[in-house]
Amino acid sequence: MTEHERPPGEYQSEEDRFDGEHRRAEHRLGVAPGGADLGHQDEAISTSAGLRLRDGARRLVRSLLRPHRWMVLLAALAIIADQALAVAGPLIIAYGIDTAAPAMIAGDGGPLTVAVSGYLARSVSLALVRLLVVRMSGRIAQTVLFDLRGRVFRHAQLLSLSFHEKYTSGRVISRLTSDVDSIAEALEEGLDNFISGALAVIVTSGVLLWLDLPIGLLALVAFVPLLFLTRWFARRSIAVYRLTRTSMAALIVQFAETMNGLRAVQAFRRQGANERIFDEENQKFANADGAGLITAAIFTPAVRMVGNLTLTAAMVLGAIRVIDGQLEIGVLAAALLYLRRMYDPLDELAMFYNGFQSASAALEKIATLLAETPTVPEPEYPVPLARPRGAVEFRRTSFGYSAATPVLPEFDLTIPAGQTVAIVGATGAGKSTLAKLLARFYDPTNGQISLDGIDLSVLSTSDLRAGVVMVTQESFLFSGSVADNIALGRPEASRADIEEAADRIGAGPFIRALPDGFDTDVRKRGGRLSAGQRQLVSFARAFLADPAVLILDEATASLDIPSERAVQHALGRVLHGRTAVIIAHRLSTVAVADRVLVIEEGRIVEDGTPAELIADDGRFAGLHTAWRESLA
Amino acid sequence: MTFAQTPTDIRQDPAEPSPPDSTRGRAGLRRPTPTHGPHTALHNLRRLWPYVRPAAPRLLISGVLALVAMVCGLAIPLVIQQIIDGPIRDRDLGALWAPAALMVLLGAFEAGLFGFRRWLSARPSMQVQARMRQDLYARLQHLPVAFHDRWSSGQLLSRAVSDLSTIRRFVGFAGLFLFVNTCTFVIGLAILFTLSWSLGLIIGSLALPLIVLCWVYETQYKTLARRAQDQVGDLATTVEESILGIRILKAFGRSAHLGQEFTRRATLLRRTEMSKVRVVSLLWAVIILLPEIAIGLTLFLGIRQVADGTITAGTLVAFFSVTMMLRWPIDSLGWLLSSLNDAASASERFFEVMDAPITVRSPGNPVRLPDRTGAGALRFEGVQFGFDDAGSGRQKLLRGIDLDLRPGQTIALVGATGSGKTTLTMLVNRMYDVTAGRITVDGVDIRDLELSELRTNVSVAFEEPTLFSASVRENITLGRPTATDAEVAAAISIAQADFVYYLPWGLDTRIGEQGLSLSGGQRQRLALARAVIGRPRILVLDDPLSALDIHTEAAVEEALRTVLSSTTALIVAHRASTVLMADQVALLSDGRISQLGTHAELLAGSAAYRRLLRSGSMDPLPRGADD
Repeated sequence: MTEHERPPGEYQSEEDRFDGEHRRAEHRLGVAPGGADLGHQDEAISTSAGLRLRDGARRLVRSLLRPHRWMVLLAALAIIADQALAVAGPLIIAYGIDTAAPAMIAGDGGPLTVAVSGYLARSVSLALVRLLVVRMSGRIAQTVLFDLRGRVFRHAQLLSLSFHEKYTSGRVISRLTSDVDSIAEALEEGLDNFISGALAVIVTSGVLLWLDLPIGLLALVAFVPLLFLTRWFARRSIAVYRLTRTSMAALIVQFAETMNGLRAVQAFRRQGANERIFDEENQKFANADGAGLITAAIFTPAVRMVGNLTLTAAMVLGAIRVIDGQLEIGVLAAALLYLRRMYDPLDELAMFYNGFQSASAALEKIATLLAETPTVPEPEYPVPLARPRGAVEFRRTSFGYSAATPVLPEFDLTIPAGQTVAIVGATGAGKSTLAKLLARFYDPTNGQISLDGIDLSVLSTSDLRAGVVMVTQESFLFSGSVADNIALGRPEASRADIEEAADRIGAGPFIRALPDGFDTDVRKRGGRLSAGQRQLVSFARAFLADPAVLILDEATASLDIPSERAVQHALGRVLHGRTAVIIAHRLSTVAVADRVLVIEEGRIVEDGTPAELIADDGRFAGLHTAWRESLA
Repeated sequence: MTFAQTPTDIRQDPAEPSPPDSTRGRAGLRRPTPTHGPHTALHNLRRLWPYVRPAAPRLLISGVLALVAMVCGLAIPLVIQQIIDGPIRDRDLGALWAPAALMVLLGAFEAGLFGFRRWLSARPSMQVQARMRQDLYARLQHLPVAFHDRWSSGQLLSRAVSDLSTIRRFVGFAGLFLFVNTCTFVIGLAILFTLSWSLGLIIGSLALPLIVLCWVYETQYKTLARRAQDQVGDLATTVEESILGIRILKAFGRSAHLGQEFTRRATLLRRTEMSKVRVVSLLWAVIILLPEIAIGLTLFLGIRQVADGTITAGTLVAFFSVTMMLRWPIDSLGWLLSSLNDAASASERFFEVMDAPITVRSPGNPVRLPDRTGAGALRFEGVQFGFDDAGSGRQKLLRGIDLDLRPGQTIALVGATGSGKTTLTMLVNRMYDVTAGRITVDGVDIRDLELSELRTNVSVAFEEPTLFSASVRENITLGRPTATDAEVAAAISIAQADFVYYLPWGLDTRIGEQGLSLSGGQRQRLALARAVIGRPRILVLDDPLSALDIHTEAAVEEALRTVLSSTTALIVAHRASTVLMADQVALLSDGRISQLGTHAELLAGSAAYRRLLRSGSMDPLPRGADD
């Protein structure tokens, strides 16, 4: 494949669609099916959008740390103690040199004993406090990560299908993996470094001021250039780190697509093309990350340079003051030791800041995802529905991704409880959309859909899913056993219930023939089961869920005839007293229906019992004839 | 940790990172399977060498520069000592400027080298990671389907992302500092010795307990590091499933159910990470305590020596200044070691994939298929197949398939759910290799063919159509990038996929997950177009029309007939209408072809076949009961 064959610009800009401008991005299906509307968005993020991103990241950090503020405070106290003990070291040594040494010369060993025992006691405390600090900051970091992971996971699950259809799966995965990773890196290496570094600088400055005011003031003046340096670095590094997040997400998208479609990749020898695409993003990532490191390679030595210059200046200043007799040599020695001690934390701070910038870019991405609101929201005050009967009503309902091209123009439809309705029509007629509206995967653009007279949008998710369940032709299996996958329909179901559900649709025999029967691991996405077998598992799951309204969207397409027959027999029993909406190309599935709706271009054009419609000699009759002929 | 690994072992280990090269033939089969059991951290890191090698010169220079910078840093306290003991004590301001200038120079040198070193190592260390990621991806693309059946993609993803970034941080940073800090420690120690022998000895005697400590620590930390990385992979798997299975989770309202699983795994990971923190915190405490005690002792002895007049006060000040400089190299040992172990086990995980044998590969001396005219014979001879993890007591899924497709012949494959039809189709283009027996194309064992030649000549449409994030045209010409526009148009018309012309950008419309989403029937037709383009020698279609509506199905069948008249084809069929496109029908049951004949023959002669193909019983209308 070649670059020019792609519609302009969509690959690079994919990620930034949600950054800053995501409100503008209308539903993809309606606006720009090629994704080419995104072409202009991969330039540098505007300043205001950048600020918005940073605000989002900050709010997220605050909300993550708030529950642990006492722990953070405690850790900060421990770190203060740690720093105090660390600072005490040179002080004791200075005392030793200035007081204990002359005393020793004079024959008095007392001060020496005090100095040495004091130093040892302080060393033991320092080790203990450090142990505490490492543990506490580790605990905070791990808890924050745990909270963050859970929050992103739950939020992604909460977001509506329309979101997942435009935000590729790989990107959600990258939010939850590589972005969280880079925050973890910053937290693990950083929290402790940051607090101790910051405190070390503050405490050392204080001690310096106390030791000798002029030298202390000099040390403070050095912070002015540092401030400018930091601002320069912040601006520059966040931009490159944003780029790393974007290209890493693109890498993960490509990686996931390849691994999930591996058979086709190998069968059609797409490896070479894939490698080129991957290489491009891989290089982009390496370059951006390298640029980040290089920015840091300017920043950190500059910080050190400022420190070294300050040290020399302090030395000269101290020398003059000693010569003037305003300063003890021992105090000058101690002051210089402290100044020198300020560098290491400054280095650490600079390093932390670098990690923090990289983490901020990840936090921004995560915050943007968390800021997405479900287009199909949970009701704030749900209306309870204890025992749904299954009466469905569409009232003045219409649906479209954009106003100009409605998929389903306004229509009314009433399905009494217990009725089995088959929907037939050509591809793209709107059958699946109707089903998805009933399952509340989408909300209608206008009008209402109600279950037992209650609007779907005011039902809680648990009530809604207990009432309405949809089985599609896509039969994804989760890792775990076959039984686990069926049990997803009703997690509290007993093993007997699970096996019964499988038996009722005729899936029992093939499942028992698997290596470990119902306990067979389905492996990666059911690679081991054929499409037909997976559909049977999906059916068993739906039957186990036992909903008042069952929607089957092309759920029998991959079944062979005996399986289909078994499913139909089962349906005959299962659908008794249950509302069902069946979408099927194969009219054999329509056999169990009480009523048939024929949809054409989003409109219901025929509505009646199968017998009536065939007698009418309309579209359904035509389909029926064609189908009978196909049976041969 | 075991040292059982002999050096020769290590040298024999294939650390060669080049992606599988199909021209290299079966040589790869000789690859030793990865030795199980724990490897030492060093062994695992040593395997990274081929990747690090290109970056090594720069990394080495950067290490040396860091060292020089450190020496400059170490020299600064010495200058201070000279100043305190010289000009300041002598109250001679004029003598101050020269050493002060030297200090500035040293400081500038230190910072400059520091920056230069980082600049030097930044890009090469990124390239180490990039090359490893590229190789991993390439390897994964060539590893057989059987490998991917066993490995969850979350585990693969975590290797490609988290583990490689761990390794990068080690190579570009921790590894460098491990080197630099050790050197600094040795040099600093040397300076201490020149200042005072006895005091230097006390600090130097630290080394032994530290080494013992680190060894004890490594054994503890290593298992935890590995466990944490595996758990990150498990978590990634759950994440991936939660997103790929979102429709089912939504349909059943079971997000919370999977959320529990996610929480459970995240909890496990947190627990492991906390264990790591505990081990590291203990290590840190001891790493701090040991030098501090030594410094306490030197304080005691040093002051006595000053009192004795053995050393000057200035020397003692310098001694402590240098000691303070050595604190960072020693203190940092804690996280450098954890970083080393993290990288070692990340490397181990990386090579687990790189060492996995590519069992399905081109032969060393591939045979070319005979010339095209009149060709396309596909033969199954005593083909057996069983999944290797199916359990030893189990019978093989396919137990002896004998089937002969003459050039141009179309055979429909019919069988009950789970009888192995799909598996049989996967054997033809070597998604899996037969366990016994052989499959030949025009008399050549498919394992003697170049893989790409086999897969160009045998075209497959899987039961589940996979589309890639690319244009419609790219998706159709996937296996034949050189196809002409006319060929593309012909394929589209055979698959009745004319809808593509009405897409917003026609054939250039981007589809797949990152593009326009298509319906099941549309995807299936594109997959069919992809299979039939360029008139392959042999066509394998797995239930190719299942998602089509009745009119489209009839139209596709009609168009397909023209292709099938001249192409050898094996078609998995569930419906009579599909079967009718075939010249003959093969019935697969109990792992064998139990019946072979025309549709009419089998319908008349086989009860099993009638059960599979006849669907009169559920006809909606009594009127239809007459057939």
